[in-house]
Amino acid sequence: MASSAFKISPAQGLSIVIAALILGSAAMVAAWADGFALAPADWQALRFTLLQAGLSAAVSSLLAIPVARALFRRRFPLRGLLIRLLAAPFVLPVVVAVMGLLTVFGRGGPINVGLGWLGLPEVSIFGLHGVVLANVFFNLPLATRMLLHGWQAIPSERFRLAQSLGLPPSTQFRHLEAPMLRAQLPGIFAVILLICLASFAIALMLGGGPKASTLELAIYQSLRFEFDLGRAALLAAVQFSLCAVITLLAAKLTLPQGFGAGLGRSMDSPAPKSWRRLCDVVAIAAAALFLFGPLLAVVIKGVPGLAALPNGVWPAVLRSVVVAVVSALLASAAALIMATGAARNKGKAIELAAMLPLAASALVLGTGLFLLVRPWIAPESVALPITVLVNATLTLPYLFRLLLPEARQLRADYGRLTASLGLPRRTRLRFVTLPRLARPLGYGAGLAAALSMGDLGVIALFAGDGGATLPLFVQHLIGAYRLQQAAAASLILVAVSFALFWAFDRLGSYYADA
Amino acid sequence: MHGFSIADQFRRNLEKDMNTKLLAAGLACIASQAAAETPTLTVLTYDSFTSEWGPGPAIEKGFEASCGCDVKFISAGDGAALLARVKLEGKDSKADVVVGLDTNLTADASATGLFAPVAAQPNSLPVPFSDANFIPFDWGYFAFVYDKTKVAVAPTSFAELAASDLKVVIEDPRSSTPGLGLVLWVKDAYGDKAPQIWADLADNIITVTPGWSEAYGMFTEGQADMVLSYTTSPAYHLIAEQDDTKAAAAFTEGHYMQVEVAGKLASSQQPALADQFLAYLTSDAAQSVLITTNWMYPAKTPAEGLPKGFETLVQPAKSLLMTAADAEAARAPAIAEWQAALSK
Repeated sequence: MASSAFKISPAQGLSIVIAALILGSAAMVAAWADGFALAPADWQALRFTLLQAGLSAAVSSLLAIPVARALFRRRFPLRGLLIRLLAAPFVLPVVVAVMGLLTVFGRGGPINVGLGWLGLPEVSIFGLHGVVLANVFFNLPLATRMLLHGWQAIPSERFRLAQSLGLPPSTQFRHLEAPMLRAQLPGIFAVILLICLASFAIALMLGGGPKASTLELAIYQSLRFEFDLGRAALLAAVQFSLCAVITLLAAKLTLPQGFGAGLGRSMDSPAPKSWRRLCDVVAIAAAALFLFGPLLAVVIKGVPGLAALPNGVWPAVLRSVVVAVVSALLASAAALIMATGAARNKGKAIELAAMLPLAASALVLGTGLFLLVRPWIAPESVALPITVLVNATLTLPYLFRLLLPEARQLRADYGRLTASLGLPRRTRLRFVTLPRLARPLGYGAGLAAALSMGDLGVIALFAGDGGATLPLFVQHLIGAYRLQQAAAASLILVAVSFALFWAFDRLGSYYADA
Repeated sequence: MHGFSIADQFRRNLEKDMNTKLLAAGLACIASQAAAETPTLTVLTYDSFTSEWGPGPAIEKGFEASCGCDVKFISAGDGAALLARVKLEGKDSKADVVVGLDTNLTADASATGLFAPVAAQPNSLPVPFSDANFIPFDWGYFAFVYDKTKVAVAPTSFAELAASDLKVVIEDPRSSTPGLGLVLWVKDAYGDKAPQIWADLADNIITVTPGWSEAYGMFTEGQADMVLSYTTSPAYHLIAEQDDTKAAAAFTEGHYMQVEVAGKLASSQQPALADQFLAYLTSDAAQSVLITTNWMYPAKTPAEGLPKGFETLVQPAKSLLMTAADAEAARAPAIAEWQAALSK
């Protein structure tokens, strides 16, 4: 035992690599700094960042409970399609999504027109409520899907037992569903909180002015305008510390559920009638309207320009798809290794390392890598490989967070059995781990692919002559006043992102059901 | 390029003889080496310059036709990102020429000592311009652009705008060059009274965006009545889209200018070629391209004049522009005033 204590497992190895990548790039930026000082406005930015992220995470996770529960226990036509489409907002590029939200909730949108008919004054979307609205739009689907996985992970035998015992829904909730929520919610809240901490464009565009400045904007300002690398590195350090505290707190609050293993069969879940049915219908309809309204707006705006799209769009699509697929595969492999590793280990180091990229500012990461590679190679010649690396790293936390609860469950349910059978690693992976984790893995890989499609932050630092990805291409179109073509290219971006997500997600479900 | 085609011809003649295959391969090698020796001019510029619709492709083609060189663009975000990139790369930058800083950034850029003096080029700017390290290649007036079908009476000053119910969207001075331009515009026009102007404007500003694209997008989507852009923006809609509904409001305070400049890096291995490129940038050919790709005024009006449609644009009564040194000194305090006034 003593000798194996010094052996590094693949999960630990990966943790070290990721921590080195994230912290190293920030250190690289710090190494170039002349001095370290925060501006007075940075503290205000920190307060606002925490406020908007906390509110957004709370609202998203709470609203997700009724929606996920309704989706879990009701069967209706197109349910599968609805669940897949739920991911669509999450994978939208920020600028596209904000424009969609503005169409629905902004001036002249259906909400304000409706208010006008009722003789009520117009409501402005700009302000803290607008920022929270947009963050909920992005993260409610993620929270819902994560909770849905949680519900589906409760062995169906337990529900059957509860039903045969004649337990009323409220008792079922207390004994089966509440422990699951207790186990899942802290993690979900933490992920969304971390996602919202790093938001910059949403807060700025919808916040209504400089009082809605976030830490990420301060980083942007210090790197781009003031070239104050010391301030950027300090701000990055503040973000990292926040991330570490939140991740550790969430890990402390997360409890194992311990339902014991089921046969992994799916069955019709209990579907109580009467008023509960109405509540579920309202929850699903409201969520669908809220999430698909802005999406529909993006589609409607994009269609007219499709015919006039310049040819340059297709190479950009290809480039983005390659980047997205490679990043997704890399991130999936890393997340699988780290989640199973974290489930085996008691310590929190692996979990912390896997969540660290959420707190990383893409701009700090990009600038650090730029400084790192430049002495050896022209940055523009490695633009795409760097983008793949950064995307894989930045999407790892989502995948990890999706896999971890189920990897823990797997360990609790089958760990002793596989150990006593002495299954070799590869056999265990093929017959135990992959079939049980296929669903969240497919979903997570889909998210990772779609997020990588929409990513823009890093490529812009490295881009050379003509190597534009699709989001950059959209940016170029807007920059050239070609807004209709930009809307059409955005629609293609959304469609391709979603197709990628769909393909990975289907693959996961197919494998899980097989 | 000539060396390459002669070698090519040579090779084809030799290839007729099967016995000289080996020699042909050797010559092909020499030919490709000759191609590699064609000097490369590396131009560091902003994204939209090199895009399919930017001036980059036409300027590259035009200059390559006469220089016997290969032009290579490296792009880096916007004007501010460009300067950050220059500073990051320092003395061992591979770039020869930097295109796309504006006069609000040139003092900072010159202070790095990374730029070399350049020969002044004739220009037709409405204000005197002199900078040892930079030449202007285009310029524009900042202005609030509106839709004539929706705003019947446009405000004629910041005071009128503040008194009106009009909703405007502006760019953040901390992340975009137009945003910085607006803050300096108010500072230049109002001096110590700038904070009051911002306080009065606060209820008109519905939001602040990270960059020009988001702001202009929100405006065209009808979310705002006016957007901070350029007096030349309506020219795009008029000329490229035959849409004459957009106009810029003329302000009696005068309009602040954005002058886009190019400079040569001191570390350039191709200083002569870099000078040649800078001269080309102000030639009639390049200037004509810039007008209808960047949608700005040419730094030196080409012989054929401005394209039809430009005569419909508003002509500011007064052109405002701080010197590079003044702009550099005013930047941080002006942003702080802006931030304080709008954060209330």
